[in-house]
Amino acid sequence: MKADAFSLPAESGCSAPSEREVLRAPVLRERGQREVFCGLTGIVWLHRKMQDAFFLVVGSRTCAHLLQSAAGVMIFAEPRFATAIIEERDLAGMADCHEELDRVVDRLLARRPEIKQLFLVGSCPSEVIKLDLGKAAERLGAKHAGQVRILNYSGSGIETTFTEGEDACLASLVPVMPASAPDAAPQLLLVGSLPDIVEDQFLRLFAQLGIENVGVLPARTADGLPAVGLNSRVLLAQPFLGETAQALEARGAQRIDAPFPFGAEGTTAWLKAAAQAFGIDEMHANSVIAPGRERAKRALEHHREKLAGKRISFLPDSQLEVPLARFFATELGMEPVEVGTPYLNRKLVARDLDQLPESTRISEGQDVDRQLDRVRADRPDLTVCGLGLANPLEAEGLSTKWAIELVFSPIHGFEQAGDLAELFARPLRRRDVLQV
Amino acid sequence: MQLSVWTYEGPPHVGAMRVATAMRGVHYLLHAPQGDTYADLLFTMIERRDARPPVTYTTFQARDLGKDTADLFQRAARDAYSRFDPQVMLVGSSCTAELIQDDPAGIAEAMRLPCPVVPLELPSYSRKENWGAGETFYQIVRHLADRGVRPAPREARRPLVNILGPAALGFRHRDDVREVRGILDTLGIEVNCVAPLGASPADIARIGAADFNIVLYPEIGDSAARWLEREFKQPRTKNIPIGVGATREFIAEVAALAEVDPEPALEDGESRMPWWSRSVDSTYLTGKRVFVFGDATHAVAAARVAHEELGFEVVGLGCYNREFAREVRDAAKLYGVEPLITDDHLEVEDAIAAAAPELVLGTQMERHIAKRQGVPCAVISAPVHVQDFPARHSPQMGFEGANVLFDTWVHPLVMGLEEHLLTMFREDFEFSDDAGASHLHAHAPSQPIRHAELVSASSPQPDTPNQEEDWTPKQVRGDGENSIWTAEAEAELKKIPFFVRGKARRNTESFAAEQGRAAIDLETLYDAKAHYAR
Ligand code: SF4
Ligand code: SF4
Repeated sequence: MKADAFSLPAESGCSAPSEREVLRAPVLRERGQREVFCGLTGIVWLHRKMQDAFFLVVGSRTCAHLLQSAAGVMIFAEPRFATAIIEERDLAGMADCHEELDRVVDRLLARRPEIKQLFLVGSCPSEVIKLDLGKAAERLGAKHAGQVRILNYSGSGIETTFTEGEDACLASLVPVMPASAPDAAPQLLLVGSLPDIVEDQFLRLFAQLGIENVGVLPARTADGLPAVGLNSRVLLAQPFLGETAQALEARGAQRIDAPFPFGAEGTTAWLKAAAQAFGIDEMHANSVIAPGRERAKRALEHHREKLAGKRISFLPDSQLEVPLARFFATELGMEPVEVGTPYLNRKLVARDLDQLPESTRISEGQDVDRQLDRVRADRPDLTVCGLGLANPLEAEGLSTKWAIELVFSPIHGFEQAGDLAELFARPLRRRDVLQV
Repeated sequence: MQLSVWTYEGPPHVGAMRVATAMRGVHYLLHAPQGDTYADLLFTMIERRDARPPVTYTTFQARDLGKDTADLFQRAARDAYSRFDPQVMLVGSSCTAELIQDDPAGIAEAMRLPCPVVPLELPSYSRKENWGAGETFYQIVRHLADRGVRPAPREARRPLVNILGPAALGFRHRDDVREVRGILDTLGIEVNCVAPLGASPADIARIGAADFNIVLYPEIGDSAARWLEREFKQPRTKNIPIGVGATREFIAEVAALAEVDPEPALEDGESRMPWWSRSVDSTYLTGKRVFVFGDATHAVAAARVAHEELGFEVVGLGCYNREFAREVRDAAKLYGVEPLITDDHLEVEDAIAAAAPELVLGTQMERHIAKRQGVPCAVISAPVHVQDFPARHSPQMGFEGANVLFDTWVHPLVMGLEEHLLTMFREDFEFSDDAGASHLHAHAPSQPIRHAELVSASSPQPDTPNQEEDWTPKQVRGDGENSIWTAEAEAELKKIPFFVRGKARRNTESFAAEQGRAAIDLETLYDAKAHYAR
């Protein structure tokens, strides 16, 4: 691989706002009531992705109830997550708390010998009483060394919003990633948890492009954790991984600047950015990308008629809002009215943000009542929002799409472009179909 | 610390939300971090409410800690008041706010909001949802009931009652209230107020006008009713009208308190359950082994109906709410079973496996347990699930409620005549083991649980109706590999209809173990059959 492959492409970070952005109204910053899950929620998809990992929340009955309600189920006997519920007597003394935690973990690991990684997940109560889970992870990790890797991160609602829980989890894995050898071949690091089927599609495309050395974070199993070093180029699959990206950069990796892989165009640009970073011949890259891209475009055609010209608002939820608004605007002709996001990481979403129409209102943070006032005034054709707000808005005559489906369903890449459009077209179609 | 995977009850502030959401003109200001807003979806998704619960969360963050969380609370209180214009404001803390000790009650009082404020102290680290609901309702009544309001003289007016306990996210509360109102109507009794469900603060103020209180759900209504009994001298009812017998007793109790004739309500032409149960097809229900678990009130009532009105044998009885354990203990004595008081679903799962019931009456949690164990199940109690809010009228209480109980409990069982036919045709290829009863859909793919795990994540509901059908009699199929069964006995076992084979296997095995027999041959099989014969 030629050395200059690494100098491409330059980052267009927040320090250098693009021309388009200058014309846009300033971002509306809100600091009122938020109506978003906390970072614990990420456990619901992370535990499915990492098949030998267990997530132990150290928290309250509320945390356990949140997980149960977000997972929406009591379906399976023993999922790979649980809550160690802090009780009154634990609050009496700190030493007690650590002993209790050790007892719970010992019992858990004895019962579940197949577990190879254990995440101790901090919550608001554990943070407020300053229960040091880092120390606990160290202590327990030493005790169970060889059998289980024990890490910790915080998914608390006072520190993390929804998808930031995944960011915190992945960031906690970075320090234990092996260091790549000084002379290791250039490596592509695909970062962000994707459904296996989507991940496999991408891995096939990278292989066809000729990128041979590919690592994935999070890996499906504990021993699959990729190496990281100066030879690593990070390609984010999700926009909410700011802390993870920083941690990887601190270990020598460089981030490839790209829009996110939604739809035909987003996925094309994302793959091309990777190809470019690896000095892949452009003609070759085009020939690898073309079939999937064409398929995606055809799939999107089916939904264009339903979606084009429709006005859409996003309430802050997963941080996927900006890339998704970009997709619906540029590939399906929708008009984003307001794009709300719990946190706007300008650097990571720059390439998507640039493509949003000037008329789109961007808001960061939340004041849910004022936001709903704006939705009522805007009356978009479709509002993307959390589960707590969907039915109330429907009852006011506004069509909605549950945002949570966007983190649970396969939506990335060429082959899912049509499904992603379908998710948004369905509520509109349903509204037309119903005669009750 | 208690290791918990699934919980029967949420934290106590969710109980408070159930009361606030049930009422009109009430707003609840909850000092809590953003993640706690998940609770809204319980109401909007599970119960399909068309409005947000009347709750404002302060959603403080780490950066607010130690400096202005109290300030934040004040701002939120002011904003919530001016936006929602409530007649009463509830204020309190969730688990996290309880630790930072901002004293919402004190702050709210100092603010002198232009409406009454009811402070809630709900200890999150020792109490749970039902207790939170009961305590909240009690505090509301205590703060708002106008002590000057007492019943008018009885002459020249009809008896007047309050119905206490129905709340948001209750198991069939909406439909039960309609049934009970029907009974009261027939008896010529008027309703002063139903609370918390649908009550306004003004209704609560006038609560003292009633002659007595009808407590439908003691978990939520009892504390308030006891206080009203003490302070307002209003008697309260103790019968819960679930089942025909209990409904009749309830009617008698209410009529006595109201000093009216119970007869009009007792002769209800719509009560079909007694005849359905006596009719000949129901003979096969006799002695069916049933395991009952739920909140104490529903579990105790269900056990009675199962025993007295369907002729089942109660082989297990328990509840998850310790506050009402005494009632369950007393009832368990009646049936000669060990009461199971626990909120650990794994313990319940073990108890069900050990009791080897033919039917489980439980919560959604037991429904999943039963599914895994290959036992039919009907749901009798909260915690609720979207399926527990049917579009149609489907009460548990009153005579119509008893009709509903008959249908929903008997339906999962194989019908009497069919049981007979299945035995007759068991050699027929259509009735091969893998076919099973069609209404149990045992021929569905055999790994539904793993599969369901995947699907569950995309849905806010416990599972889709399709998975409901994914009913796999695991134990029925799991013929052991290196078993102590002789080939001959194993072959004989296969001739037993599949839906009782699992039980026959378990019984025979435990009989063999008890008797210290090394192998299970034909002899052992039939000895065991004789031993367990009833
Ligand atoms: S916001 Fe905090 S207390 Fe609430 S569920 Fe999340 S971690 Fe637990
Ligand atoms: S579905 Fe078939 S087996 Fe089940 S009750 Fe109906 S007729 Fe009987």
